Amino acid sequence: MKPILEIQNISKKFRIQHIPGGYLSLRERLAGALKFQPNAVEDFWALKDVSFSVQPGESIGIIGRNGAGKSTLLKILSKITPPTSGTIISRGRVASLLEVGTGFHPELTGRENIFFNGSLLGMKRREIESKFDVIVDFSGVEKFLDTPLKHFSSGMQLRLAFAVAAFLEPEILIIDEVLAVGDAEFQKKCLGKMEDVSKSGRTILFVSHQMGLVSQLCQRTVLLERGQINQLGITSDVIKHYSMLYASDNTFKMEQLDHRKVYAISRIRSLNGAGIPTSTFTHDEKIVVEIQFSARQILYNTHLMMSVNNKSGHRMFSSDTSLNNYSLKTNDENVISVTIPHNTLTPGSYSFFVAIHCPNTTSYDVYDLVCPITVYDNGSDFIQYENRWFYGDVFVKCQWSLES
Amino acid sequence: MTEPIEYRIESTSLKLFDVQELWRYRELFYFFTWRDIKIKYKQTVLGFLWAILQPLLMMVIFTLFFGKALNIPSQNLPYPVYVFSGLLVWNLFSTGLTSASNSMVNNALIIKKIYFPRLIIPVSSILVALFDFLMAFILFGGILLVYRQPVSWQLIIYWPLALLLCVVGTLGLGSWLSALNVKYRDFRYVIPFLVQVLFFLTPVIYPVSMLTNVYLKYTLALSPMLAVVELFRFPLTGIAPDWGLLSISLTSGTVLLLVGIIYFKRTEDFFADLA
Repeated sequence: MKPILEIQNISKKFRIQHIPGGYLSLRERLAGALKFQPNAVEDFWALKDVSFSVQPGESIGIIGRNGAGKSTLLKILSKITPPTSGTIISRGRVASLLEVGTGFHPELTGRENIFFNGSLLGMKRREIESKFDVIVDFSGVEKFLDTPLKHFSSGMQLRLAFAVAAFLEPEILIIDEVLAVGDAEFQKKCLGKMEDVSKSGRTILFVSHQMGLVSQLCQRTVLLERGQINQLGITSDVIKHYSMLYASDNTFKMEQLDHRKVYAISRIRSLNGAGIPTSTFTHDEKIVVEIQFSARQILYNTHLMMSVNNKSGHRMFSSDTSLNNYSLKTNDENVISVTIPHNTLTPGSYSFFVAIHCPNTTSYDVYDLVCPITVYDNGSDFIQYENRWFYGDVFVKCQWSLES
Repeated sequence: MTEPIEYRIESTSLKLFDVQELWRYRELFYFFTWRDIKIKYKQTVLGFLWAILQPLLMMVIFTLFFGKALNIPSQNLPYPVYVFSGLLVWNLFSTGLTSASNSMVNNALIIKKIYFPRLIIPVSSILVALFDFLMAFILFGGILLVYRQPVSWQLIIYWPLALLLCVVGTLGLGSWLSALNVKYRDFRYVIPFLVQVLFFLTPVIYPVSMLTNVYLKYTLALSPMLAVVELFRFPLTGIAPDWGLLSISLTSGTVLLLVGIIYFKRTEDFFADLA
């Protein structure tokens, strides 16, 4: 099958003007021309040589940090701005929801806005008329249809806007962060609608910072980094790669070891399943905490404890082991690892508490709030609550049953 | 579902105007115009009546000052009829030009988010002015009846011609200024001034025959509005306009349309980056 969208070597250059005030005025332009002095401009490549193709019916995620070129790419795809070089071949109508509610006017009523917005998004008048009732029904604002939009709450405006957009029927739909707003119930409705769209065989390009949503909706994902494709592949792989890309060095190191201590921790770090040090994890990855310490003596009844703190610093759970179970070296550093199973920590940030102690008696070495990590959602069951509702710090498999 | 449409997106398109595309988007002309008319008279008690009241009040004021007090000649027409006939087309030009020039900047949010042929925006704001014109035109019919003003049958040629030329001139200058306004916001301040100057350079409140200076006459002819006003009044006055002046004015209208539209098209692609 021919790809529905072929993006070939797309580049986009912006000129950054180094003039006070930041925008071009006629006076400066004329003055510049008279002095034969070129304006101080700098070229900035928002996109460089981006190529990929999309098959019909495929949902593609586009992720990357702010300023990576995601929005520019979408703007080029939706013909809002032309590329500086490169070609895009599109074999279907493109509709974009770069921001829902574009063209909504506060003075117009809900009904009037549906018509104007629908037309702006490329719907024919007849099409809007035939879909009018379902649009209104989906938005749930039928009571206010003849009220000017300025009297709508922002939530209602958004629902109306998304409802209009949801009933567009292009072959290629471009979505940019539309789900970041609205209440949980409405979000669920939108997600369901988007899944319907992708099931109906249409192509979706989805840009989002919410990794969970991307992994739920898209089979393949493009990772953009400084205007170039960093990785393109199966969504979960790309998200893993992405989370690694921005990992910071969170290794905790004691520069000056106190040699008077019987047990002294010298390094704590977090590793992923492959043994690579990182500070970012996906929720379905195991987290390995590696503790390195020296032991001058082997004392009886000594334990090593690792606890996980949530983002407010509260201790969530701990794991404890007796060091007497291991044959430790006294002339060299010892390394002990503890693994937190996958699907334990919910998306969010955490830190660790590590202690070598004699239970209820004395502690030999203690560090708290060290080695901060971030966990990303890679398509969990709680994805619909992402950034909406705090559902806790740990995933626990519970049993549900219907009592007759 | 229609058959798949294949198209390419490339760095620059050399095509001047994609008529097919404009045709596909024809409903958007209607919706933009409809929206702007709605918004214009929202929350006003008198609503559409303002479209009639404005020229009517202007007519009264001009008649008192220029017709009665200064005794300005009016080519054998009652002065109110004379000035209203001029104001009618002049208002179409001035409101059309002002709103078209600001239209791209006012719709910047939409331009940055959604693609459609950008020309729809200035054209629609001129269509809004045309709507006001039609309202005032009904009143003009009433005024002609009140003053029992005879009108030549030639109006079926000259009035549509004048109207067409007026729209052409407004669109040319309007689309040009709207594109310039996106790039240089200075034009926001230039436009009201320009409209004011053009008003005095157009024979709305005085006849061209009053001008004795030949150079001044030809300067006036550079504005397409001279031909518009003269053509529009011809069926009323029966006095043949100066065809020499008229042809200059017609030419300048055509040139303006070409320059305006070509400039608009050439900068159109970058509106989203600049707005």
